[in-house]
Amino acid sequence: MTLFPLLDTLFPAGHEATVTQQVVTGTALTASGPVALLGTVDAAAISHAIALRLAGQVLHLVEHHPGRPLVLLVDTQGQALSRAQELLCLNGSLAHLARCIDLARRRGHVSLSLITGEAVSGGFLSFGLMADRVYALQSAQVRVMDLKAMARVTKIPHERLVALAASSPTFAPGAENYHRMGAIEALWDTPSSELLEQALAQLRTEPSAGDSRLQQGRMRGGRQEAAAIVAAVLTA
Amino acid sequence: MDQLTFQFPAQPCKPSAKASLCGVVSSGNLEVLITQGAQPNGCEVSIHTSAQGFAPIWQAVLADFAAHHALGGTAITINDMGATPAVVTLRLGQAFRDYCGGAQ
Amino acid sequence: MNLPQPSPPSRGPSFYEATARQRVNRLLDAQSFTEFLPPQGAHSSPHLALLGLPGALDDGVVIGSGTLGGKPVLIIAQEGQFLGGAVGEMHGAKIVGLLQRAVRDKPLAVLFLVDSGGVRLHEANAGLIALSEIMRAVLDTRAAGIPVFALIGGVCGAFGGMGIVSRLCSAILMSEQGRLALSGPEVIETVAGVEEFDSRDRALVWRVTGGKHRYLMGDCLALVEDDVEDFRQTTLALLAHWEETAPELHTLRAEQERLSQRCTQFCGLRDGLEVWAALGVPNPQQIPLLERDALVTLRQGLSL
Repeated sequence: MTLFPLLDTLFPAGHEATVTQQVVTGTALTASGPVALLGTVDAAAISHAIALRLAGQVLHLVEHHPGRPLVLLVDTQGQALSRAQELLCLNGSLAHLARCIDLARRRGHVSLSLITGEAVSGGFLSFGLMADRVYALQSAQVRVMDLKAMARVTKIPHERLVALAASSPTFAPGAENYHRMGAIEALWDTPSSELLEQALAQLRTEPSAGDSRLQQGRMRGGRQEAAAIVAAVLTA
Repeated sequence: MDQLTFQFPAQPCKPSAKASLCGVVSSGNLEVLITQGAQPNGCEVSIHTSAQGFAPIWQAVLADFAAHHALGGTAITINDMGATPAVVTLRLGQAFRDYCGGAQ
Repeated sequence: MNLPQPSPPSRGPSFYEATARQRVNRLLDAQSFTEFLPPQGAHSSPHLALLGLPGALDDGVVIGSGTLGGKPVLIIAQEGQFLGGAVGEMHGAKIVGLLQRAVRDKPLAVLFLVDSGGVRLHEANAGLIALSEIMRAVLDTRAAGIPVFALIGGVCGAFGGMGIVSRLCSAILMSEQGRLALSGPEVIETVAGVEEFDSRDRALVWRVTGGKHRYLMGDCLALVEDDVEDFRQTTLALLAHWEETAPELHTLRAEQERLSQRCTQFCGLRDGLEVWAALGVPNPQQIPLLERDALVTLRQGLSL
């Protein structure tokens, strides 16, 4: 589904969004008031320019619309891959974007991400994964690297990785794996305004108790080690 | 990956540290952890190695080391990524020296 | 900002060549280090075992407490020699736990000795999620008023998610040998071709990602010698006057302005040599040959 039909479905009460060079900005109406829309489309490769435009929008929101919830629309193939980008410290611009979203959270803006297309590596880390909660459409592709490339780099046979992926959520691509590991709150079969309203209402009513992904991952059985290790470090 | 375990008779050692660790698990290298074992006159060795089919060589290298050092009462844990026998002996020696001598 | 410039008469042990444990022991006050979840009693990553790979008992990261100049600090040191210092489930959880502990125990600072290529592909999803948790935990630690310093000078540098984490820290201390970026040169070469980035051209890699370049551009705060003692002295000097500031709109606005301005200024440049020339460095080709002190002096003369 392309962006505008998707927004029509998610926000039947109305929305005003524009797309400029793969960056979506805008506002939408929900039962509990306006929300800010921000994201990327067409599996954008996150460059300095895109990261800084997204960050600028978040700062604008914090300054001019205190407390307005933030809906992040995630569709990224990862970071832009070029020498010119790295020369100017691309990790720095992505960190800046992450800090801006963190500032919004600390200033009382609840946030949720919806993965509409792809969610990959650095582009996902600095943006979508910074939200309070992450949701994904069933069709979403979430990964670090596909299994063929992973087989090449790790020198582990592809068939072996495919076989192991059936029983372990730890390394193979897939939104369901990220759900089991605690990073994605829920997968939506189809885009739905009811699900979105529910998610926003839940964010508003449940005071943010910090990062709960470790606990979610343990409860869902996808990450058995991490929560126990954090607890052990705290009591060591 | 091979998982191997060995036991060797050995003279009791006098530890001055609770545990010692030497080396890093990386290509051609290994980590050796020495801790207190259950048998005062014996040494238990447990190995994870990326190289398959080298059990006789491990046996020979470790037996030689055990014959020359008072390893009694120790448990040795090894994680290996294809270290040569010379590197294995070197790391064992470093870890054992730290375990007994307390040197940094 | 005036940076301390300790100049040891002779070089101590190389930071680059040391293991994570050696770095920790030499950086902190002698005999002060206590390791959390030490190798004895620990088990290595079950995910690596499932793939038939030997793990490390510390899963490639050493964490614990100690003192620096007599003051309590918490410390994290990644082992770049073990699977590229990459972050898997247990490795990441140790770091998150240490940072949560910092929020609770309020040490003077957290020292984060970064030496990592980013996500451990063998545990890719666990690694990516852990990196996200580390990012949030670093920001929480700083918001609690505790500075987190990234010390970069190891064999693997700071790449991928760890490059982002490093830039979230209060300050970065970096040696010339250190490298800081997002995608590694090998990745860019594989995807975009050798003409885009020749990963075997070491001099080029350092002109794009290395400590001197990052220092000249203001992406790291201090340039230090490849010497554990110099990392120690510089950390001590910075901490003596450090005031961790809460996240504020105006500071992020200023950073937004700085980053935007330089993207415009250096748009399209592809080599450190070109950027240094544009910065007004008189003889850019001399930069790789300059001693640390000379480079620090040079930078202070630039209008940045």
